[in-house]
Amino acid sequence: MTSTTLGAPDPSSDPSSDPFPRSVWPKIAGVLLAAYVIYACAQMEISWERVEIGLSNAAHFFSRLFPPNFTRWELLVKGLLESLQIAVLASTLGILLALPIGLAAARNLMPAWVTWPARIVIVMARSFHPVIVAILFVKAVGFGALAGILALTVASIGFIGKLFTEAIEEISEKQVEAVRATGAPFASVLWFGVLPQVLPRFIGFATYQLDSNLRNSTMVGIVGAGGIGGTLFAAFQRFDYDYVCAILLSIIALIMLGELLATAVRAIFIDNATLRDFFRRGASTRERHLEDD
Amino acid sequence: MLTLKHLSKSYVSDKPVLTDINLEIAAQGITAIIGPSGTGKSTLIRCINRLVEPSAGEILFEGEDLAKLSGASLRQARRHIGMVFQEYNLVERLTVMENLLSGRLGYVSSWRAWRRKFPGDDIRKAFELLDLVGLSGFAHRRADALSGGQRQRVGIARAVMQEPKMLLADEPTSSLDPKTSVEIMQLLADVGRARAIPVLINMHDVELAKRFADRIVGMSDGRIVFDGAPGTLSDDVLKQIYGGEAWLQ
Repeated sequence: MTSTTLGAPDPSSDPSSDPFPRSVWPKIAGVLLAAYVIYACAQMEISWERVEIGLSNAAHFFSRLFPPNFTRWELLVKGLLESLQIAVLASTLGILLALPIGLAAARNLMPAWVTWPARIVIVMARSFHPVIVAILFVKAVGFGALAGILALTVASIGFIGKLFTEAIEEISEKQVEAVRATGAPFASVLWFGVLPQVLPRFIGFATYQLDSNLRNSTMVGIVGAGGIGGTLFAAFQRFDYDYVCAILLSIIALIMLGELLATAVRAIFIDNATLRDFFRRGASTRERHLEDD
Repeated sequence: MLTLKHLSKSYVSDKPVLTDINLEIAAQGITAIIGPSGTGKSTLIRCINRLVEPSAGEILFEGEDLAKLSGASLRQARRHIGMVFQEYNLVERLTVMENLLSGRLGYVSSWRAWRRKFPGDDIRKAFELLDLVGLSGFAHRRADALSGGQRQRVGIARAVMQEPKMLLADEPTSSLDPKTSVEIMQLLADVGRARAIPVLINMHDVELAKRFADRIVGMSDGRIVFDGAPGTLSDDVLKQIYGGEAWLQ
């Protein structure tokens, strides 16, 4: 068999042929994209004059932002605390609901009649931006934090549910097979064969979602769903730009605090790190190590 | 002890992996199944504890047809059959102790398993087995921190935790170096003899099979083509099992 194939030269091994044959389609796609960008700019009447007007207006606005005005700090703190509460409650509720829904949607563990309804719930929860969901809930349950909590819970179910399902579908079947072979009931197969494999990733998703909910909870207030967003919106409308600046700086501080907390939780749960390791060795190296895992 | 009658399996219709397997395994002794890759050895062994669904035939284990079982009765039957895997199949993120105790999951309720409330006897036995397989002091190590040979020892200990009436091993030494392979085969043989239970092992390595098995079953193309004592495994038989002869020189 080998002697015959070696004898006849394969036409593709001709040394004069192009070693890197290229397709023309990427070039055509690039030209089309450039043409559309120019067309869209013309349509939206974005001209250089328009940009100049915008820039001078922006300079005026930014000059009025400073210095930040913290005199109404009580209102600020109250709004921030409400945002924090919305984020924590929505994350907790969302995670608790996403666990069973995500599990039910995993095709490698569940029959089709279970996965389909679960998948539909997840897709619906992911369909709308949290602001749209927040508007719906404000209309449904009225102004205030409850609407914000419900809106962000829905967002959490969509996000964590989807990623958790994918994590379960990617597990090693071998470990599950071994636990199944011992005669373990289904729930025990989940505890010992499935959960250990997905728990670290799940904690990663959950902390990321808490982080994201913290950011979104500062925004749902704009549509009346509670939190610092309402205060921010009111300050904008009254042209209290120095107070706006104070609010924005506080939000940045809150998000950074949340991020630090999330990284610490991940390090402790996933890597069995102690708090001391965490502060000594820094978060970024740990995170990269997890990605490789 | 175990009788396979007319066992067949095809994953895709008209392409049988196993064709009419008839095999009787005595209440004791080590049986090695040899044959080329892709000949259905793993499928055969997985059909016995129904990790793979047989297409036709009977699997009589202690007089009960495992092929007909489902749900709780199938799980009950699986408890009595320990299995050792080629790639060890330990739950990587659990500790050695948790992996060993997972051999008891068929006997412990899910609620107790969740809270890690295993009976004291199980825990005592797990520590004894760790000593037996030479891993004392490894109980709280995570499985993914062990070497291949150590993992397979944990795999064997997990199977023995089930108090099995039969041991199945699917290529238990294929991922190990020659020295460790011999040690693992020795351990499997010792466990089988000490508990007076039959051990059914798939393997690639003919020499290892001859050295440890009491009986050798040769498979080729989904059928049993040889069944006899290791001494009767001649070059002619090996040619029939694996095809060709250049590799024998």
